Amino acid sequence: MTESQGGAPASPASPASPASPVDVAGPPAGPDAPGAAAPRPAPPPAARLSRLGEVPHLGLVAALALLAVVGLVTVPDAFASASNLVGILSLAATIGVITVGATFVIIGGGIDLSVGAVMALASVWATTLATQSYGPLVMIVCAVLVGAGAGLVNGLLIAYGRLVPFIATLAMLVAARGLAQRMSDRRTQLVQQGNQAIVDLSTTRVFGVPVLVYIFAVVVAAGWILLNRTTFGRRTYAVGGNPEAARLAGIDVRRHTMWLYALSGLCCGIAAVLIMARTTTGSSTHGDLYELDAIAAVIIGGTLLTGGRGSIVGSILGLLIFTVITNLFILNGLNTSDQLIAKGLIIVVAVLLQRRSLRSPT
Amino acid sequence: MSAVTPLLQMKGIVKRFPGVRALDGVDLEVLPGEVHCLLGQNGAGKSTLIKVLAGAHRPDEGVVTLGGEEVRPASPIDAIRLGISTIYQELDLVDGLTVAQNVFLGHEPSRLGFVGRSEAGRATRGLLTRLGHGEIRPGTEVGRLSPAAKQVVSMARALSRDTRLIVMDEPSAALAHDEVANLFRIIRELTAQGVAVIYISHRLEEIREIGDRVTVLKDGRTVAVGLPAKTTPTGEIVSLMTGRSVEHVFPPRPDPGSHEDRPEVLRVEDLAVPGVLAGVSFSVRAGEIVGLAGLVGSGRSEIIEAVYGARRFTGNVLLEGRPVGRGGTGRTVRLGMGLAPEERKSQALLLDQSVTRNISLAGLGRYSRLGWLDRRREAADARALVERLDVRPGDPDRPVKTLSGGNQQKVVLARWLLNERRLLLLDEPTRGVDVGARAELYAVIRELADSGIGVLLVSSEVPEVLGLADRVLVIREGTVIHQGDARDLDEHRVLDMIMEGGAL
Repeated sequence: MTESQGGAPASPASPASPASPVDVAGPPAGPDAPGAAAPRPAPPPAARLSRLGEVPHLGLVAALALLAVVGLVTVPDAFASASNLVGILSLAATIGVITVGATFVIIGGGIDLSVGAVMALASVWATTLATQSYGPLVMIVCAVLVGAGAGLVNGLLIAYGRLVPFIATLAMLVAARGLAQRMSDRRTQLVQQGNQAIVDLSTTRVFGVPVLVYIFAVVVAAGWILLNRTTFGRRTYAVGGNPEAARLAGIDVRRHTMWLYALSGLCCGIAAVLIMARTTTGSSTHGDLYELDAIAAVIIGGTLLTGGRGSIVGSILGLLIFTVITNLFILNGLNTSDQLIAKGLIIVVAVLLQRRSLRSPT
Repeated sequence: MSAVTPLLQMKGIVKRFPGVRALDGVDLEVLPGEVHCLLGQNGAGKSTLIKVLAGAHRPDEGVVTLGGEEVRPASPIDAIRLGISTIYQELDLVDGLTVAQNVFLGHEPSRLGFVGRSEAGRATRGLLTRLGHGEIRPGTEVGRLSPAAKQVVSMARALSRDTRLIVMDEPSAALAHDEVANLFRIIRELTAQGVAVIYISHRLEEIREIGDRVTVLKDGRTVAVGLPAKTTPTGEIVSLMTGRSVEHVFPPRPDPGSHEDRPEVLRVEDLAVPGVLAGVSFSVRAGEIVGLAGLVGSGRSEIIEAVYGARRFTGNVLLEGRPVGRGGTGRTVRLGMGLAPEERKSQALLLDQSVTRNISLAGLGRYSRLGWLDRRREAADARALVERLDVRPGDPDRPVKTLSGGNQQKVVLARWLLNERRLLLLDEPTRGVDVGARAELYAVIRELADSGIGVLLVSSEVPEVLGLADRVLVIREGTVIHQGDARDLDEHRVLDMIMEGGAL
């Protein structure tokens, strides 16, 4: 509230560079040594070592390993079987694809609540008799386009209509479900005999793994590349981390924001294809509360809800943790209500732990 | 003076921030019922001092006594309980609440936990009437009020607690002329009731009108205590504020007039922003540093923002003959402008991200082939710039938030050096930068100009503008009141112009 006029912030979190371990380990930063600008080799080993504590996702991997141990101890045969592990991945694939899109939106400083509903709409649209008459390829294209289109509408409303993301995507959530119900007359639409190619995505296995898991992997890889190796990804971090700085650096923040939501919608369209493959249906009830699972996975994965920080790998690990928990509860024959309680606890614990690790390096 | 016990005494207050002594032994004495003015240039320590008083900062050394008792306000709530209220420049009211809710925010009259709404309303009406503003209704939402009315609400809030001392930080900055008169009337009534006021303003005419005594700060020290506000000659006050103890080292300037044959980079014609700027015209030539001097709120930052396409305006802004138009910052950056904004942290930097990523932010297009980033070239360029500008520590992978203010500013400059720039806009480039690092920044800025870039510089520190710029525009209340070679001016005259509007 009180605008500080210059001067370093007096908060305890002030960047006290002199005490940071990296600084101590580095070469003496002789301020008046003229040769200070000499060749600068890779950071000395000690500095690298000190960064080992910051290995990304160490905590998530550890948590996942812990869950695996729990699985091996409580239900060794059922858990470690190939079919169970493939099952976990198949289960994770649909929300996983959505999570990739949600990661972009959240790093970009937004939120997309409409993902589950948009996926349902795309699945319904693609399974109407009219669409199905054109064959499986058109069905896939239709699902992807419907998803991307709905996402684009979100993006336009938020970027140019200046709606708050929460509101705009909440409206889309409600409206897309309604539209899906209208189109399907609230009936579950089966993928027809002639279009079995779609269902084959879940039944055909390559090296024992269903094709849809490969699709999931491709989307994750593409998302990772887009986020880490392209200007689009770089701008996403900038727009989410400091929109004002991004704007003043000449980045078109609004246009970028719009594309982020379109991307999220596109992912929902792909997810619709996967859910059609797995369930052999299109339905307005698909993807209920997927938005919460996707957001939870992103948050557990270390992405800041305020934007500017986060990663695809973290989100996927977060999602896998959730999926494995579900799996363990089912294998152990435990109550699904307890499972929800466990998930709730995990979200809180994950965020608390991350807040601590955010504070410590400075 | 010894006849009256001072209400407030601050003795030997020292406040250190990393790398800076913001306050270096400040004394202040305020009598009950007086209006005590605090004067000093930007960076002299006024804001820090009042934050110490308001409990927002804890002093490292020194003693504060209030009504004869030693106090250590440890938090804003503490200070308020002691009877010290602060009205900040940016009014800290909640727009969505009503006037009465704001006035009693944090100390609502309550019975069994239920807010006594009628009681709060009644009390608020009483306070507003006491302030001569019975027309402000307690039930109105604060967001709908004018800035002047909001200030009255802030004062009512101060009075709603048992306040002995009110600190006002540039209270007139957001007010129109007649509203200032009303503010003064309120202040007089308050002081007549024994409340003391610490009044901070850059406008000497106001200090003469409302002030009783003046304390002058310079570079974190008290240089004069308790001067009579009405009679001390302007010249004396200005000399106390200037003549700094730490000499800035400015790089040598090219000879006057040496830019005259260089092409014009920027031409501004009749620039206006309603209510802020009117009829501003000037030009910047290649290799020239043009400085804008003026008070906060005089319109200097708005000039920069309009030129950069970050603010709507009327009139013409031409970069190398091409109109900037309405394309926004995307267009101005494409045309070849760069900006180092006033609030480095909130407007320029991605604090969590590495130096490299901050440098490449505005030039990502250079490294992209079909959207694919050439990270090796990006890193190589960033490393080269880090070395060229001597950013320390020289590790481009470090998060930019771990750098000092001066080095952060170098990162912002490096961002624009990456791309060939025609014009750089620097808004308070040395704010929050300690004295030693400033000289380095000055050298970098001059070097940039020498390489053929036009530079438009805004600074609240007059010596900085005079020492660094080739040509100076003096801005007052949204218009250019003087334009000329920097060597023909001195700090004293510029301060005279921007504070009192006295023409040359």
